Amino acid sequence: MGITLPILILALPFAMFLILGLGGVKMSRKLAGVLGILANGCLLVMSYIVAFTYFFSGDSEFILDGVRQQVQLYDVTWLAFTERLVVNIGFILDPISAMMLIVITTISFMVHLYSWGYMEHEPGFQRYYAFLALFTFSMLGLVVATNIFQMYIFWELVGVSSYLLIGFFYKLPSAVSASKKAFIVTRFADLGMLIGILVLSYYTPTFNFLELTHNPGAVMASTGGATFMGASVLTWAMVLIFTGGMGKSAMMPLHIWLPDAMEGPTPVSALIHAATMVVAGVYLVARMFPLYLEVEASLLFITCVGAITAFYAAVVACCQIDIKRILAFSTISQIAFMMVSLGVARPELHDGMGYMASMFHLFTHAMFKALLFLGAGALIHAVHSNNYTSMGGLRKYMPITHWTFLIGCLAIAGIWPFSGFFSKDEMLAAMYANNALWGVWMTMVAGLTAFYMFRMYFLVFWWEENPHYKEHKPHDAPWQMSVPLIILAAVSCVAGFIPFGEFVTWNRLPYHIHIDWVGVAIPSLVIAACAIALAAWLYMKKNTKPAAMKNAFPVLWQAANRRFYWDEIYMFVTHKIIFNGICRGIAWFDRHVIDGTMDGLASMTQFFSLKIRGMQSGSVQTYVIWYFIGAVLLAAITWICLL
Amino acid sequence: MFGNLLIWFVIVPVLMMAGLACCGNSNMKAIRTVMVTGSIVLLAMAIWLVVSFLSLRGAGDTSEMLYMGSWMWYAPLNIHLAVGVDGISVLMLLLSAIIVFAGTFASWKINPLPKNFFLWFCLLSTGVFGFFISIDMFTMFMFYEVALIPMYLLIGVWGTGRKEYSAMKLTLMLMGGSAFLMLGLLGIFWHGTPEGVAPTWNILEISHYASIDPSWQRLLFCFTFVGFGVLGAMFPFHTWSPDGHACAPTAVSMLHAGVLMKLGGYGCFRIAIFLCPQAANELAWIFIILTGVSIVYGAFSACVQTDLKYINAYSSVSHCGMVLFAILMLNTTAMTGAILQMLSHGLMTALFFALIGMIYGRTHTRDIRQMGGMMKIMPYLGVCYMIAGFASLGLPGLSGFVAEMTIFFGAFQDADLFHRIFVIAATTSIVITAVYILRVVGKLILGPVQDEHHLTLTDASWWERLSTATLIVCLAGIGFFPNWISETISSSFAPIIAALNGVI
Repeated sequence: MGITLPILILALPFAMFLILGLGGVKMSRKLAGVLGILANGCLLVMSYIVAFTYFFSGDSEFILDGVRQQVQLYDVTWLAFTERLVVNIGFILDPISAMMLIVITTISFMVHLYSWGYMEHEPGFQRYYAFLALFTFSMLGLVVATNIFQMYIFWELVGVSSYLLIGFFYKLPSAVSASKKAFIVTRFADLGMLIGILVLSYYTPTFNFLELTHNPGAVMASTGGATFMGASVLTWAMVLIFTGGMGKSAMMPLHIWLPDAMEGPTPVSALIHAATMVVAGVYLVARMFPLYLEVEASLLFITCVGAITAFYAAVVACCQIDIKRILAFSTISQIAFMMVSLGVARPELHDGMGYMASMFHLFTHAMFKALLFLGAGALIHAVHSNNYTSMGGLRKYMPITHWTFLIGCLAIAGIWPFSGFFSKDEMLAAMYANNALWGVWMTMVAGLTAFYMFRMYFLVFWWEENPHYKEHKPHDAPWQMSVPLIILAAVSCVAGFIPFGEFVTWNRLPYHIHIDWVGVAIPSLVIAACAIALAAWLYMKKNTKPAAMKNAFPVLWQAANRRFYWDEIYMFVTHKIIFNGICRGIAWFDRHVIDGTMDGLASMTQFFSLKIRGMQSGSVQTYVIWYFIGAVLLAAITWICLL
Repeated sequence: MFGNLLIWFVIVPVLMMAGLACCGNSNMKAIRTVMVTGSIVLLAMAIWLVVSFLSLRGAGDTSEMLYMGSWMWYAPLNIHLAVGVDGISVLMLLLSAIIVFAGTFASWKINPLPKNFFLWFCLLSTGVFGFFISIDMFTMFMFYEVALIPMYLLIGVWGTGRKEYSAMKLTLMLMGGSAFLMLGLLGIFWHGTPEGVAPTWNILEISHYASIDPSWQRLLFCFTFVGFGVLGAMFPFHTWSPDGHACAPTAVSMLHAGVLMKLGGYGCFRIAIFLCPQAANELAWIFIILTGVSIVYGAFSACVQTDLKYINAYSSVSHCGMVLFAILMLNTTAMTGAILQMLSHGLMTALFFALIGMIYGRTHTRDIRQMGGMMKIMPYLGVCYMIAGFASLGLPGLSGFVAEMTIFFGAFQDADLFHRIFVIAATTSIVITAVYILRVVGKLILGPVQDEHHLTLTDASWWERLSTATLIVCLAGIGFFPNWISETISSSFAPIIAALNGVI
């Protein structure tokens, strides 16, 4: 494969960013929108060509003896730290990066198209498309990174695109503070990642993924058995690098930014905070998976973090009112699912099926979660509120949104034959294979998922019609918004039948997916069906059962509704302790102690000079006295010395 | 003598002063003509110098310094006007020329006494350029003083707020540093040559003799490092910086934070470390502690300030602390990072101070609590402020990221626990920086408009756009194509590293 397409894949969105960013002010909205969508369409086509060539051409460059190859299409020096430690910017093509190319460009294109309808009346339309292009560029750069440092570079860039897009409505203080929070929390996580990279590169002197992952044993050996506080330095490095992933993928306890990030425009939430950027953490672990396998303690850490987060987020999602926040917590929970699946994957357990399942779920989740978010956008567009309390009974008014949303809910709940069923089944099978504990725990979370999704579904589309509809009749969205919904819904129906194991596995050998009906699939289907039935019983028709339940456990409901007070804890630590305590303390110390000393020196000098000045009074008598005292002293000294 | 290109970096500002002297007191047109012509000539010379320097290096000229020249000035003390540049000084000259250029446009409407302002401004530039081309310690020190003295008047006359106090404080503290420096330089002069050889001020000659006694080196290293460190805003000698910057007029803040503070870092490695390498190896830890404290301390202090200039001054303490911190790591990568950080910080702070000056010129306040929503009122300046902020918090694609990463990866090469702890402490600054930058951006640039009166304000004029755009282009240039600069710098460190290794 030539390098023209791979170069263009990165260059085109960046060029669009510059064109729309610098020239947007002079452009009409229509021109900016059309340019953005067209460029993204080209990008979609190019990425599909690259990915399909990789998967289906059968070229020996890409597949050799049944093993899919990892190819660096180009890799140029960007900055040399030392002779051996060199940062390159390159383009790696392997199963996961090719898959991500498809995911990113597909969702990005859907969002570009959808936004044309959704953002039509918003000021700053051109700026919005410029930021979307910047994000697409950064995300593509992240997934095709040939080395960990390139990934870090683009990791920061997706962070800033996310910052800019969350804060798109920059006149709203809530959007500004949400964007700030997102950036700072992920920055804090990235600090861990940076230190991890520092440690890793100190021992291995390379950033390159292929050099690192093709021989993980050598990486371990290069650390020379060095340990720190009882764990090998490689374990530390890998766990620290994973903390970067925890930040971006909103794992506990660094999840607090994601629900607030819903302040951004809804299509942005679909693109960045559901389908692409937030799975960067999963992608990072998958990218360095052989190294994580080398230190199994770090995989156990990932599993635990994922398992706790999945359950926490699912419980919180049951008690939210804002539909975007429900989806946000559901995203956290689903990403945690992928993390657990990666964490339990071992080569000896079904040929590392957990890895394949995690990537499969990443793929299907991207599609159905983008669908759900775009559906939520259509709902918000129609009723001008984020809360389900302003909705209800919408199935009659918005049939397209209703049916596509239902498909999304069925997919995420894991109902056959929708895509989520297949990927979730594989993940659960991998978890049972590792340890029944993980399997049972995550099956329970899957049940909760079905419950909260259908709780939302019924409250929005059934329950009772909102009286406001009489004045303002909700209706389906324009075609720019409906078309992406229908396409994504179609994908969510069929994506499960993709023989994913043929394409993406940890050792890049084909793996034949088979569904374990008795052990895994039927129990989880039954649990999901029960959860849906429970949700229907509670929320299908207006009744008092939900209120009664809430009143039965007021403390629990309140705690879950307030997300178990994580934000309050963070607020206390950052504001009360760090800001008011440390920062103000240091600032006071600087002004009063350090600067006070300097000023004190100056006043002291002044004091003494004033005293000395008194001696030069101009009165002859004083001078004579001083003269005599001096003379006597001199005489006395001379006399003492002579003695 | 006049055939040497470097000399012209001093002659041109002097000619500009002569030209200004001929202008009428309030003939803005003539004054601007002189300033713009002069700064363009300087910029062109600097670019030409970089290009020809790189081509000479490319052609295989490996001598330690290029464009060398030496003219006897005062024979009894063996003082020469000795000039010469390596890759680092070439880049510093370019940085200074860029900032003089941007500063000229940023003070387009300076008032009162424009002619006198620019006269002092040119004198300051003379000192800065002279410092970077000198390889004779005496002339270097002289140019250093020439650069410092005009600050007193520039702040005292054209400043704002408690300007007399700040001008006095800044001058006295820097002069205190100079006193240490003078002692150190005299010591190096008297002890720098072996028995039987006449003492010399020439840096290269002293480094070749390498004959300073270790016990003297310890003393002289501390004197010179503290002397230059005061100008580099090293904790606890940094307090001149917040007050000084807060009261200085825009162009002076730009030049001072952009270039003058770099004199400190430059002197630290060119004199303190290069000439006392053995002491540097032994005593670096003392200053690693002080500069390590500077980095975190400056960043935390910046978090609670409400005056835009104070925020930036404390942020400079943090960033310049990073420069000295990296120099003290005593390896090529970290020191390269230090120079990158000097360039990056120079451009970035100059941009910050230019923007603050422009915003202050419109709103007449620098208190972030009284402003808000500038993006709506003056989008161009708002976007520039955000770009400067992103450069400051180390966003890839802008110069700050390159510099910080080079520093961290270089500093991590020292494997002992002491260095590790301080490097990790230094890395936390990337988070704290993000906190104070986004706090300001969120309050000042974004959010709702705070004051109704601000709605009538205008966006940037053409000279303001030119000034800021120049700086932004340079920031992005380094951020996108760092490797040629990084290579130019690291190859210039070879003699210094050799001196350091020669005594390990």
